[in-house]
Amino acid sequence: MDQSSISTADLASKDAADNQLLIASRKKRKFKENLEGYLYAAPWLIGFFVFTLTPFFSSIWYSLNRWDMVTDIKFIGFQNYTDMFKNDVFWKSNSVTIRYVLMALPAGLVLAMLLALLVNKQNKIMMFFRSIFFLPSVASGVAVYVLWRWIFNPEFGLINYLLSIFGIKGPNWLLSSDWALPAMVIMSFWGVGGTMLIYLAGLQSVPQHLYEAAEIDGANLMQRFWSITLPMMSSTIFFTMVIGIIGGLQSFTSSFVMTGGGPDYATYFYGLNLYLEAFHNFRMGYASALAWVLFVVVLIITLVQFKLAGRWVYYEAGE
Amino acid sequence: MTSAIAAARTKLVRNGLLGFLRYGLMILLGTMFIIPLYWMILTSFKTSGEAYLFPPSWFPHPVSLEGYQAIWGGIIPFNLFIVNSIIITSLSVIGTVASSTLVAYAFARLRWWGRNFWFVVLLATMMLPYEVVMIPIYIIFRKLGWLDTFLPLIVPNFLGNAFFIFLIRQFFLAFPKELEDAARVDGANSLRILWQIILPNSMPVMLTVALFSFIGSWNDFLGPLIYLHQMEQMTVAVGLSMFAGFRSPNWTAIMAGATISLLPIMLAFVIFQRYFVKGIVLTGIKG
Repeated sequence: MDQSSISTADLASKDAADNQLLIASRKKRKFKENLEGYLYAAPWLIGFFVFTLTPFFSSIWYSLNRWDMVTDIKFIGFQNYTDMFKNDVFWKSNSVTIRYVLMALPAGLVLAMLLALLVNKQNKIMMFFRSIFFLPSVASGVAVYVLWRWIFNPEFGLINYLLSIFGIKGPNWLLSSDWALPAMVIMSFWGVGGTMLIYLAGLQSVPQHLYEAAEIDGANLMQRFWSITLPMMSSTIFFTMVIGIIGGLQSFTSSFVMTGGGPDYATYFYGLNLYLEAFHNFRMGYASALAWVLFVVVLIITLVQFKLAGRWVYYEAGE
Repeated sequence: MTSAIAAARTKLVRNGLLGFLRYGLMILLGTMFIIPLYWMILTSFKTSGEAYLFPPSWFPHPVSLEGYQAIWGGIIPFNLFIVNSIIITSLSVIGTVASSTLVAYAFARLRWWGRNFWFVVLLATMMLPYEVVMIPIYIIFRKLGWLDTFLPLIVPNFLGNAFFIFLIRQFFLAFPKELEDAARVDGANSLRILWQIILPNSMPVMLTVALFSFIGSWNDFLGPLIYLHQMEQMTVAVGLSMFAGFRSPNWTAIMAGATISLLPIMLAFVIFQRYFVKGIVLTGIKG
């Protein structure tokens, strides 16, 4: 394989002085290889130390201090954490985030699966619809959030107009503390195209002969779905579920742009609370503590995923 | 015999019915998915009078550029936001692609002490929520005096991105070793091998990475929100949210702004769709 090891083997039988020289040159080459490897990896290594490892540890330190970036930093032990659990807004944001994930995620995954099943065929029409379902998930960001604010406009918005066709008087959506969160759930369904694609790839990797065998045995469409498709895709579904939960926990921009967390904390997401504590209230210590609680939750979810679906994750990592 | 034909016929009818249902459902859902975008473009070409009609009209009459004029002629310098976004995004994409490629090459093709250890570390960093490091990173940039400059939004991109490094590495691993060995015997160094042998054969993964970093940077909201405070430095994303934050928002102008800000992404989508698909399927990251 390696040039140097082959030549070493060849020359080993020759005289010792030659051998000595060779070991030295091999050492030199090894050094050169290592140097080269670290040079190429240097950008990421530097980034890792400066923007990941150091911040990671200073974040723990900040979370044990009170600091507004103006007055001196003051060590207060675990007070940020105990404060947090006594804080009303913290619990409100937890409730909002959990309710959002519970409403948006299962339904969103079912919708993504439905879409994937619908377009799972190789022809032009299917490809066209695939693009249509996928497009909105690419068009993420502020533009999409302001668009949905306009769609949810109680008087002139699209949704209430469509409801009025059926004689329904639509709610005030983002302006109502009851309907703001459901509105954001509805909006989230528009972005399931990415999950649809992941499912589509999963569907296409289910061995075809399983379906053929089931068909010979007289299994109908539903039976085939429940006993072949779903079990074969369980790890993929689980993976998208975990990604969805973590995404929900970190959700920030949508509520910031669409509602500012209101009305009456109805859309006060965990991520929004964290941002506002840090960059509006300048409670850097407290916000760091919030980040650490988030991290621990994400870590637990990720570890559970590794435990339950390790196979899929390793497959992803290759080798 | 007749019963067999009857059975075949019912099967045919049922399949036909299923197909009909399938296409019907697909068209219904497809319409629901496309309408919001149509609504955005439609509103952007309405006069503000027409935008507030009930029931709404489905075609702008007359086609009005009022919204576009308002967004360009208003108190908010939208032109400048576009220029800022282009500067930040293009430099970020260049930085991300270049640095991630070099690092991925080290992980995929070079042999160095500690490589596997660092690769595990790389994978681990992908699980770290950004919120954990957000505040310390902000403080680092504050100490460097980089607040109110584009630097915090650009420079980190030159230090590689774990997801993209992983993606490119997987692609590089697939190249046969012989190709590289032959070039080495001919005296090519690794930079030349990367540049002349690996890269020309890696366009798909490069495009995928470029597209995702383009969208990430163009849509980035938190970054500019934290680091930029001057009006003339704002990006399209933050500028648009400022527009929409007014007490009585001008919806034709906002929809014009939204249309403009989505335009590059839409174009990229239409041209490079299959690279998007590849990226999503390989990493599970979304948008």
